[in-house]
Amino acid sequence: MSRQAKSESELTWKELEIGGIVTEPGSASRYRTGDWRSQRPSYDFSRCIKCRLCQIYCPDACINETDKGYFEADLYYCKGCGICATECPTTVITMVDEGEE
Amino acid sequence: MVKKVGMEISVAIGEVVKRVNADVIAAYPITPQTHIVEHLAELVAEGELDAAFIPVESEHSAMSACLGAAAVGARTFTASAGQGLELMHEVLYVASSMRLPIVMAVTNRALSAPLSVWGDHSDAMAVRDTGWIQIFTENGQEVVDNVLCAFRIGEDPRVLLPVMVHLDGFHLSHMIEPILLPEPSQVAKFLPENKYPLPLDPSRPVTMGDFGPPVIYSEAKKAQEVNLRAAKEVVLECWNEFARIFKHSYHPVECYRSEDAKVLLLAMGSFCETAMVAVDKMRGEGKAVGLLRLRLWRPFPFEEIRKAAQAAEVLIVLDRAISFGGPGGPVCSEVRSALYPLDKRPKVIGFVGGLGGRDITPDGFEAIISRGIEIAKKGSKEEFEIFGVRE
Repeated sequence: MSRQAKSESELTWKELEIGGIVTEPGSASRYRTGDWRSQRPSYDFSRCIKCRLCQIYCPDACINETDKGYFEADLYYCKGCGICATECPTTVITMVDEGEE
Repeated sequence: MVKKVGMEISVAIGEVVKRVNADVIAAYPITPQTHIVEHLAELVAEGELDAAFIPVESEHSAMSACLGAAAVGARTFTASAGQGLELMHEVLYVASSMRLPIVMAVTNRALSAPLSVWGDHSDAMAVRDTGWIQIFTENGQEVVDNVLCAFRIGEDPRVLLPVMVHLDGFHLSHMIEPILLPEPSQVAKFLPENKYPLPLDPSRPVTMGDFGPPVIYSEAKKAQEVNLRAAKEVVLECWNEFARIFKHSYHPVECYRSEDAKVLLLAMGSFCETAMVAVDKMRGEGKAVGLLRLRLWRPFPFEEIRKAAQAAEVLIVLDRAISFGGPGGPVCSEVRSALYPLDKRPKVIGFVGGLGGRDITPDGFEAIISRGIEIAKKGSKEEFEIFGVRE
C-alpha cells in the first residue's frame, strides 16, 4: 500500500467513514510505528553469519533482507524493542538511543 | 380489528421483536429481564420467529455477539438489567462507537451491594455516557411503542446507533396491562428494511473497530458526538410518523398540567403515573403544581427542558439513582446544568427516591413536592435529600 495516500493526521472528523470503518485493505501499512521508538538497532555486518534469526524473531516483521544478503530493520516501522539485538548470536546488532550517532 | 390485549409487558416486548422480524437475538437471562428473552427463545424454538437465538455465557458475550450480528446488517435485539448491563459495559461503548444499530430493552434494576433485584435507575445512569440513544418509558404501551421506534431510529442511515429502551424492573417488566400491539401492515409501513451501509461482507472487505492512534481518536469522538446529538431530529421525526400511523404521540419531555405551574416535579419512568395522581390531588386543592416526564435521556433534550421548565419558580427533580459524593442524582445534575444559562430559571431541588424497588405512593409524591417547596424557601444543608429514608 502506498504511503502517500492522505494520512490520518490530515483527516478531519467529517471525512471519517461511519464508525471509523476502514474500507481500504492494507491501510495499516501507513502507520508510522517507527516514531514510537526510543532506541534503534545499529549494525556491524562484519560479524553477520546471515542466519536470519533477527528477521524471524522480529515481532513487527519489519526486518528485510538487503541486496548484500544482510538483514536490516525498516525504521518506518521498527519500534525499537531490541529483540533482534538480544537474539543475534554474533552480536551484530547493538541498540543505541535515538538521537545518538 | 386492532384491539388491546392483556399481557405481561415482557411478553409484549417479545411480540414486538417478532413483528419487526429480528434476525438475531443474543441474550443472557437476568432478573427482571428474564421473561423477555424466555419469550423470544420460545418464539424462535416454536418457529414463530425466524431468527438466530444465541444463548451466550454472559452479558459481555451477549453484547459482543450483537456487535457481530449488527455488523453484517442483521436486525439485532437484546435485553438486560442491573449487574448484567454492568457486565456489558465496555462492549456498549464499542457498539455506539462502531455505529451499530442494536436495540436493547433494559428492565432497570438496582446495583449490588446489598444484592437487589428490584427496580431503580442505577444501572441506566451507570451507562449514561456509553453513546447509546436512551428512551425512558412509563407503561406497557410506551414500552411496546418505543421498542418499535427504537429499531426505526437506530437503523436510520442518518443515525446508525444502538438504542436502549428503559423500563422499570418489575413495576413494568412483570406487569400485565392492556396493550395494543402493532399490526404487521402498520409495521411494514412504519419500519423500513435494515440496510447497514458498510456491512461486513466478504465481497467488499472492511475493517471495523480499527486501531485509533492519538492523531485520529479525537476526530472519531467528535464525529460520534455530533452524530448522537443530531439523532434527536430523527427521534422527533420518528415519533411524529409514529403518531400519524398509530395515533399515540411521544415527546422528549412530556408535560402534565405544567403550563401555569409554579412548582414542577420532574421524574422518569413508571413513577410518573403515580406522580400524576399526586399532581391531580394538589391541583384540586388549588396548588399550581405540574409534572415533567423526561423521556429522551440521550441525546439530552436541552431546548425542550428549558422551554418546559423556565417559567416555573421551583423545579423538583426525583432521581432513582445516587451519584455518590456528587451533586445529587444524575438527572437533577443535568437538568440544573441545562437551565443554568437562562436568565430566569427555577430553583432546582434534588431528591433521590425509589431506590432498590422502594415504592413511592401518591402521598409520597405530595410529600416530596411539599418538602421541595420548603427547601426552595428556606434552603437545606444537604446537596440533595433521600426521600423516605429512616433516620
